[in-house]
Amino acid sequence: MPADGTANGGIGAATKRREDVRFLTGKGNYTDDINMRGQAYVVFVRSQVAHGVLNGVDTADASAMPGVIRVFTGADFAEVGGVPCGWCVTDKHGEPMQEPKHPVLAEGKVRYVGDAIAAVVAETESQARDAAEAVAVDIEELPAVVDMKAALVEGSTKVHDDLGSNLCYDWGFVEENKDAVEQAMFSAAHVTTLELVNNRLIANALEPRVAIGDYNSAAGDSTLYTTSQNPHVIRLLMGAFVLGIPEHKLRVVAPDVGGGFGSKIFHYAEEAFCTFAAKALNMPVKWTAQRSESFITDAHGRDHVTKIELALDEDNNFTAVRTETYANMGAYLSTFAPSVPTWLHGTLMAGNYKTPVIYVNVKAVFTNTVPVDAYRGAGRPEASFQLERVIDKAARELGVDPIALRRHNFITEFPYATPVAVEYDTGDYNATMDKLEEIGDLSGFEARRAASAEKGLLRGLGVNCYIEACGIAPSSLVGQLGARAGLYESATVRVNATGGLVVMTGSHSHGQGHETAFPQVVADMIGIDASMVEIVHGDTANTPMGMGTYGSRSLAVGGSAMVKATEKIIAKAKKIAAHLMEAADSDIELKDGQFSVAGTDKSVAWGDVTLAAYVPHNYPLEEIEPGLEETAFYDPANFTYPAGAYACEVEVDPETGKVSIASFAAADDFGNIVNPMIVDGQVHGGIGQGIGQALLEHAVYDEDGQLLSGSFMDYAMPRADDVPFYTVDHSCQTPCTHNPLGVKGCGEAGAIGSPPAVVNAVVDALQRAGHDITHIDMPLSPSRVWSAINS
Amino acid sequence: MYAFDIKRPSKLKKARKILKKNEGAQVLGGGQTLIPTLKQRLAAPSALVSLARIDELKGIRQKGDELIIGAASTHEEVAADGTIAALSSLAGGIGDPAVRARGTIGGSLANNDPSACYPAAALGLCATIVTNKRKISADEFFTGLFETALRDGEIIKAVNFPIPEAAAYEKFDQPASRFALVGVFVSQCKGDVRVAVTGASEDGVFRWADAEAALAENFNPAALEGLSVDPAGMIADIHGSPEYRAHLIGVMAKRAVAAAG
Repeated sequence: MPADGTANGGIGAATKRREDVRFLTGKGNYTDDINMRGQAYVVFVRSQVAHGVLNGVDTADASAMPGVIRVFTGADFAEVGGVPCGWCVTDKHGEPMQEPKHPVLAEGKVRYVGDAIAAVVAETESQARDAAEAVAVDIEELPAVVDMKAALVEGSTKVHDDLGSNLCYDWGFVEENKDAVEQAMFSAAHVTTLELVNNRLIANALEPRVAIGDYNSAAGDSTLYTTSQNPHVIRLLMGAFVLGIPEHKLRVVAPDVGGGFGSKIFHYAEEAFCTFAAKALNMPVKWTAQRSESFITDAHGRDHVTKIELALDEDNNFTAVRTETYANMGAYLSTFAPSVPTWLHGTLMAGNYKTPVIYVNVKAVFTNTVPVDAYRGAGRPEASFQLERVIDKAARELGVDPIALRRHNFITEFPYATPVAVEYDTGDYNATMDKLEEIGDLSGFEARRAASAEKGLLRGLGVNCYIEACGIAPSSLVGQLGARAGLYESATVRVNATGGLVVMTGSHSHGQGHETAFPQVVADMIGIDASMVEIVHGDTANTPMGMGTYGSRSLAVGGSAMVKATEKIIAKAKKIAAHLMEAADSDIELKDGQFSVAGTDKSVAWGDVTLAAYVPHNYPLEEIEPGLEETAFYDPANFTYPAGAYACEVEVDPETGKVSIASFAAADDFGNIVNPMIVDGQVHGGIGQGIGQALLEHAVYDEDGQLLSGSFMDYAMPRADDVPFYTVDHSCQTPCTHNPLGVKGCGEAGAIGSPPAVVNAVVDALQRAGHDITHIDMPLSPSRVWSAINS
Repeated sequence: MYAFDIKRPSKLKKARKILKKNEGAQVLGGGQTLIPTLKQRLAAPSALVSLARIDELKGIRQKGDELIIGAASTHEEVAADGTIAALSSLAGGIGDPAVRARGTIGGSLANNDPSACYPAAALGLCATIVTNKRKISADEFFTGLFETALRDGEIIKAVNFPIPEAAAYEKFDQPASRFALVGVFVSQCKGDVRVAVTGASEDGVFRWADAEAALAENFNPAALEGLSVDPAGMIADIHGSPEYRAHLIGVMAKRAVAAAG
């Protein structure tokens, strides 16, 4: 690929985001901005108890209330499928996971606070809400299952009566390595053990979820407008598995999406409900989540309880890693939930280190809580956190420098096949660590520590590495691992007669800046200005089949499809140019939007060729068709492996336990960079979320399954003054070897790399102050830190 | 939100009349607690009587050695006043700019949220709460969690603050809401020392008598060394234990005394 197309706003240009003009001037078109003529409104009646037998739902009073069109209950969905799970994990005995039915509206039992019991459709939202309060629900409350380990005790109350237990699966990876790991632990010179919790989080996208179902009775077509990161996936899952609507009769539109962080990947019951009800009532049906409803219905993230052991020999070489994790699934299996603690987590347990044998055990558990699924990083933050924490603890136990211990064990030769089934194509972990030491001025730490001490504050330095597997994913590989979908991406490039391009892609932006970055790629290949390229996405009716946006995949996979489609365009355009200039195809060169005949001064402009394609008066019709439009699908050969090194400095107030982030530096290797400004923004946002997880955010349930942090009054989101000005660098670039752009992905890195840096820094600060503290569970709230200091 | 009528009288007497006539009517100050409550359908008043257009509730003025703050004064207005620096600083630390532009001192005191800041200032400065009926000393005004001495239909007109020789407010934020996990207001006024604590107690704002006695002897943070608050009766929630809150009272009190001195 051209190394520098910055002059035309191509690859490498820090172009400002064109979509921000509408986002920042109130001209965005979000799902809730869509209102259909004659639409009705739905309000869901939700369970207020975590677990109970649903003895009856009396809708008579509600149905008679003003404006009420119909009240639906679970019985109305008897002929309809359950909300499906898109990934089947096979357990360590070779058996498939336990997979309960997830009904659109509750059948027989309610299983979490927020479970939908009935749905009131009325002429106005207010009428629907009034009537929802009049639905009489008879629930016989059962004990709630909240704690994962208690859920697995023999005789525990079962979330799903038809399953043998609350265990979804017991996964071992790599099962064949289990004995070797045991042996390595036994013969190790030193074993460091750490028990920790990866705290449960709520995504809290700025835009709550919205769904609008519409039905055209004349054509028999259904349309769903929804807040989704992947409209085609919703069309496939809802059409094929829930409602039985073939894809050509179902259109899914996700217009502007205001943040997702994973929580808008999944197919939710409300989407199926609105699509179903629109047809049943022959009118558009709209649902907009209230914020408090989002807290108890959007899939939550993380929620792992882990014990990790790291074995080292007498030369401080890592000899084995063993980890045992309990992963909360919540009450039902959300779309990709089973894959998160397994294939997105276990495969990353090698980290940046040449540990020869690794064994990962994960027990996934059903509880009476909101379903848990992917959240920015999805499995990889959980892997990085435990590994980087245990390495830090080992360094402290052994009295060696944490950076030196890491460097000593770095993988330095690539490609590198890990003992956990993946092969890193490229990387240079010493280079990112060197860069980190430079940009973070780590050698100046002691002086800064002394300055903090003068203010009565304990300063600490936390350093860690991370690696992630992005560009999800090779379809044949994920198929073997249990995915019930392919994970390719597509692009259609349509060149107009006057030379402008429209690129239709199956990936979708929920804040990533695709409308700016993708044109940079395509324009760069042709040598035209990026403003000549427009992106269309988010509508299954006018984009080719695609798998959407998550797992830092859109540029690596979707961008690669665009490259392939554009290559086809260029190949055909060269044929047209050859005809126009009466030269051989093979002699045609394309540079800066001009086709020329090699070795001559003959040339035709891009626009002449595109015009000829659509006005084929002088055109090789016997050889090629008119028009200039090509589609390509790209299925990646491997994951990509972004990696980096992060440093965080904190100041701890020993009197109150309050932790302040004093500085944060990130040195990332994302391979090639298309738009460095967007990459900076992605890293900033990711670190902000990671600091949120490390210091503030926590979804807390009480023993009855009530969400105690069910509003922003109790769920602490990071605010601007909770985060520092970041120092980020992505000049260390080892391009990906297997995609045409050499890109790796940057969307999740910050959220993966930052939590261990923060916790390492706090532990460092406390240990330097003489406290015998080896770990504090996230979030490191003032009260937790104070309690640790004073216990 | 349930449907309700809204009345916007321009005279306090008219507001009183409307309240008398409409059973279930409720006074609306800045609405920073009431409106979210209505949105969640946790209250269903028949009517709201807004005080926003009543001029006699507005304005901040000094009269002798007192600062008289109209009940409808917003946090923003109090923050900008500066006559009592500690009070203005407290008001400027409530919520965010949007909250401060709407929320009022009268509304906050009448609501008496156990984590609100203003009750600490009123109690910590021995303010007088002036209603349409009477004058109530802050010592008598706060009667428990979300409870005050206000009777049905009684409306706060103004709050009279003695101007202290020294005062400061130190607040430790609850990480999510940024209400006071613990807030301590200390003042020295005509030889009288007060230490009022908000955010911590299950009974709402209270005076820390031991600290007041110690500081009356010696208004210096060192005077508080060795003093502690009994965790019994302190709030326990996901943000802090009773022990943590009791500890923070001591820390915040010392910092407030240091800031006041």
